[in-house]
Formats: sequence, structure tokens, C-alpha cells
Amino acid sequence: MMLKHRPHKAFKPFFLLISLAFLTSGSLLASEDYDVHAEDSTHQHGVNEEASAHATDHSEHEAEAFNAGDMIMHHVMDAYDIHLMDIGGHSVSIPLPVILYSTEDGLSVFLSSSFHHGHAAKNRYVLNHGHIYRLGLNNPFASSEEIHLEEAMSMGYSEQSWGGVFRGENGAFIDLSITKTVAGILITVLLMFIIFSKVAGAYKREGSNEAPKGFQALMETIILFIRDEIAKPSIGHKYERFMPFLLTIFFFIWIANILGLIPFIGGFNVTGNIAVTMVLALFTFVMTTVNGNKTYWGHIFATPGVPGWLLPLMIPIELLGVFTKPLVLCLRLFANITAGHIIILSFMSLIFIFADIYGAGAGYGASIVSLLFGVFMNVMELLVAFLQAYVFTLLSALYFGSAVEEHH
Amino acid sequence: MGLVTPGIGLIIWMTIAFLIVWVGLGKFAWPAILETIKEREENISNALKSAEHAKAEMQKLQSDNEQILKEAREERDNMLKDAKEIREKLIADAEGDAKAKAEKIVADARESIETEKTAAMAEIKNHVAALSIEIAEKILKAELGDAAKQKQLVDNLLEDIKLN
Repeated sequence: MMLKHRPHKAFKPFFLLISLAFLTSGSLLASEDYDVHAEDSTHQHGVNEEASAHATDHSEHEAEAFNAGDMIMHHVMDAYDIHLMDIGGHSVSIPLPVILYSTEDGLSVFLSSSFHHGHAAKNRYVLNHGHIYRLGLNNPFASSEEIHLEEAMSMGYSEQSWGGVFRGENGAFIDLSITKTVAGILITVLLMFIIFSKVAGAYKREGSNEAPKGFQALMETIILFIRDEIAKPSIGHKYERFMPFLLTIFFFIWIANILGLIPFIGGFNVTGNIAVTMVLALFTFVMTTVNGNKTYWGHIFATPGVPGWLLPLMIPIELLGVFTKPLVLCLRLFANITAGHIIILSFMSLIFIFADIYGAGAGYGASIVSLLFGVFMNVMELLVAFLQAYVFTLLSALYFGSAVEEHH
Repeated sequence: MGLVTPGIGLIIWMTIAFLIVWVGLGKFAWPAILETIKEREENISNALKSAEHAKAEMQKLQSDNEQILKEAREERDNMLKDAKEIREKLIADAEGDAKAKAEKIVADARESIETEKTAAMAEIKNHVAALSIEIAEKILKAELGDAAKQKQLVDNLLEDIKLN
């Protein structure tokens, strides 16, 4: 174990830096912290009597092995803290507020640091593998914040004797926490307010007789691009009504995408989160449906040029199309951004996989290739960040265009 | 909150955040920006149009100027031509007049010379007559000084008459 461990440790300072630089994720090296829970995946699936038996199988040997899959998923998924880096095995992270609501106990608001990385319960809530669970009333640490869940499990306490372990998804409580992704959303929103209040201020100050300057000019280029290349051709003369939405959605996605590419700030994955893209797509869906005119609905329920006997077939197809459009929007953005993050993380993981298998030298060797690919992918992702924002906005505009299109 | 299972909390937060940014920017930022851009575009297109207009005006002015110049040149040419004609006519007239006058003067001169000549001849004639009379008187005085001679003359004269 120690022999295998050592090369990994020796890599730490060096790779800490480069991995942070490209991935914004110190969690590469967080395997100790993370792998403590590696065995009790049963928790995620709810009650499992074997959990306690498995828990004793924890060996430090396994704990030290680098698990690329875990690391990547840990980065890509949402979290209750912003993990900046690990220094000497201690994770440096910004705790975020956890807001939970259950019908029995009402609102619980506390910082995610109260969980002590899953080692402690708080108000019967526990954090395990990045998920919050609620313990039954009879759990051995209902009132305590000091008892380690993992230890209790290994001591033979079973979940059933506590009255069960509940998940938010099952309706036991509502999780309104400011997670990493929510923080990313709020940062994006804040940035947008700062940027565009400044830009709008410049417009108000300079008036229409002055040429735009500096940052204002940069933003104007993009705004004009959205107006002239997206809104006008896709929607037609009614484009003005949709401009605020299109601009908001474009800049939101773009800024959030870029936020996910900035190193050292915790590796946000806002637009690579399906809930975020779902909400964005739902907004487009609602806008399209609300603005749909006679021609739009006519195309769905009485497609012109289709013989009457085909309508029973056409109407379900067209109706399906109404819903698949936003679904595709949602999935495309989510998949593109998540895939980009996974690819970069995979390249970085290669370094540690090589180091684990062939020793430190191989790790250094692999790092050169990984770095080159990582840089390449990062630059690609910058392009993708813009492209996906563009595609989402363009398709939204096209849907709006079909909704307000006049009969011709 | 799996990778592909949207969390309810996130959905709520995202909806609220997006609504806030949409409404907020839609109220305070986008209209100001878009309107100013539109206004400026109109300004620019107006300026371009008026420049075009001014250019057309300039061209019109220029062609007008050219027209005026052309007309002026024509007028000048006409005037010059007229002047020339007048001059030539004047010269011709003057020549004619002078000739006529000269001829008249010559004719007058000739007439007066003639008159003078006639007068002079008459005077000479008068002088000759007076001289002849004087001479005749003197001769007669001398001839008719004695009575015999007078008688002879009267006889001679009588004879002549008788013969007739």
C-alpha cells in the first residue's frame, strides 16, 4: 500500500497545480476523503441490510487507488461545497448553505461544513457520496453532530433499526440548498447584472451619437450578432418581442459555460447540469407555446396539405414534436458541456492512472501528452461554450419564429 | 440528484434566478441598449442619406454651375461676335460716310472753284470792257478833236447807212 501510495504522493505538488489549472478540480487528489465512502454505494439505493457488512471491508489499500470514474463524476455532479483544492490530504473548500425542508421539522438551514464531509449528522440529515439523506427518528445520532455515520455503520447499526434512511427524491424532504451549481447560477446572474448594467449605463451616458467604446463595443458586437444573425432571420419582423429573452438566454448560457472553464474557482458545471438546461428549455417551451398563433396551432392540429385521413397519425406526431423540441434543447446543452468536462478530466486522469500502474516516470511522461490534449480540449471547450450558447439561442429563435409565423 | 435526474431544488433556484435576470435585464438593460443601438443606426442611416442627398445636391449645383458657365461663355461669345459685327459695320459705315463726305467736299470744292472761276472771268470781262471803253474814249477824244475829221466820219457813217 505504501509503495503504491508513495509515487502518488510525490506527484501531489506538481500535479496539484496543473490539474487545478486545467480542471479547476483538486478532487483529483481527494481520493482518501472520497474513497472512505466508496463501499457503501448501497446507501444510494436506500435500505440495504448488507451495508454494514460491506462497510467493514474498507481497506486503505483500495482507498488509495485512483479512481478516475469517481473523480470525474464527483467533478461533473453537483456538490454541497465548492471544492477548491487539496493540500496534504486536507480538502480546501468553501462550504455552502444547506437549506432543507421537511414537513415534520420544517426548515433547516446550516452550512454544509456541518456535515464534516459526511462524518457527522445534522438535524438527522447526513451527507453521503454527495447526496443528502434523512435518517429515521430512532437513529443512534439523532441529536448528535459528532458521531460518524461510517463508524456507526461499521459497528453494526442497521438502517432499519433507525426507522429507515430517506431520500429527498422520495419526498421525505425538499432540498433547496445553495449547491455548487446554484452558486454557479447566482454568480452567472450576478455577473450578468454587473456586466449589463455597466454596458447599459454606457449606452445611457453616451447616447446614440457616440460610437461604442471598449467593453461596450465588444458586447454590442455580440448583441448585434444575436439580433441580426439569430433573431431577425429566424423570427422575422416580430423579433423585437423576443430579443430580451434571447439575449438573456444567450449570455446566461455563455457566461455559465465559461464559468465552468475557469480554473481555480472550483469547477462549476452549471450548464452541464440537466436541471439547469431543463429549466432553460422549459422557458423556451413556454415562450413558444404562449406565443403560438393560429398558424402555429393550425400546423399541429390540421397540418396544411395533409389529407384528412392522415390527421389521426399527424396530430400525435406534431404534438410529440412540440415536446421533443425543448427536450432536445435541454439534452444537447447538458450533454455537450458535460462531455467536454469529462473529456478534459479524462485526459488529466490519465496522468494518475499511468502513475498508479507504471510509476512516477510514466505519470510524468503521460502528463506531457495529457497536458497538450488538455490545453487543446480547453480551447475547444471555449469554442463549444460559445457554440452551444449560439445553438440554444438560434433554435429557441427558430421555435419562436414558427410560433409567430404568419400564414402565407 | 444523479447525473441525469434533475434535482427539484436546483430547478426552483434556476427558475427563480433566470426569471430575475430575465426580468431585471429586460427592464433595465436590454431596452436601453437595444433602443440606443437602434437610434444610432437610424442616426447613421439618416446621416448617410443626408450625405447622399448633399452629394446629389452638390452634383446638381455643379451641373448648374457648369450650365451657367456654359451659358455665360455662350453669351460672351455672342457678345464678342456682336461687337465684332458692330465694329465692322461701324467701320464700314464710317468708311462709306467718309467717302461720301469726301466726294461731297470735292464736289463742293469743284463747284465753288467753278463759281469763283466764273466770277473771276466776269470780273476780268468787266475790267476788259472798262479798259476798252477807256481806251475807246481816249482814242475817240483824240480822233474827234478837229471838226473836219468829225464831218468825214459822219459822212462815212451816213454813206454806210445809205448803202444799206
